[in-house]
Amino acid sequence: MAEKPEDLNLPNAVITRIIKEALPDGVNVSKEARRAISQAASVFVLYATSCANNFALKAKRKTLNAGDVMAAMEEMEFERFLEPLRAALEVYKKGQKGKKEVSEQKRKEKKQADGEHEKNKEDEEGEDEEEQRMEEEPEEGEEEVEN
Amino acid sequence: MSKNSPEKADPSSEAKKTISLPISRVRLIMKSSPDVSSINQDALFLTTKATELFVQHLALSSFNNGCGKETNSLSYSDLAKTAEESETFHFLTDILPKKILARDYLKSLEQMQEEDADF
Repeated sequence: MAEKPEDLNLPNAVITRIIKEALPDGVNVSKEARRAISQAASVFVLYATSCANNFALKAKRKTLNAGDVMAAMEEMEFERFLEPLRAALEVYKKGQKGKKEVSEQKRKEKKQADGEHEKNKEDEEGEDEEEQRMEEEPEEGEEEVEN
Repeated sequence: MSKNSPEKADPSSEAKKTISLPISRVRLIMKSSPDVSSINQDALFLTTKATELFVQHLALSSFNNGCGKETNSLSYSDLAKTAEESETFHFLTDILPKKILARDYLKSLEQMQEEDADF
């Protein structure tokens, strides 16, 4: 609960990357400008949250949902975000749904063949381990030590 | 029973391809607003994505309307200018105040005092 004020900042490295990607190549962004954009982004989150929350309150809901955020964008005159947001949400949901279907199928299989589910599990766990191993490849680049 | 499907994986890992800002940090900022009780996953995702679009939009419009186009640079004053001139970015004027030189500020302060003294 007791949070440090810097917890309400967004990570500078990510913000810097997003700025770089938005601007033409080779544009120099001053440190002050980057910090200002990062702070502006935090304020944007708060503003959007408060707008979305008003829509939720109006509908007597306690939980903010996707529609509230979209309505907030419209009210804030960021209609230009609506289309990309819709598209991104769809991709995101597909990812979530894919996951759910996999787990649902697992459950069905479990029910149908109660005896066989052990084998299934083993197979999947094997895959998981492999993935982890790939991700955990040791990083040996220690270029930055020299400074 | 239906609720305890294997959700051990962090839901944000799915979103990694579409968003780059950390969802957890955005949630923290949203929750710091006192009247917000809970936020569903989609709303959280959308707000995070919107924040990214916002950063891009703010940076690009400040660059395009700013005076750093020849020098290929984006400076604080370009941002302050955007906040002041653009209707949609107007809510940023409080945290992006226009900078003025202390010299000018003191001058205007002096003027104000002189005017007061005239009465």
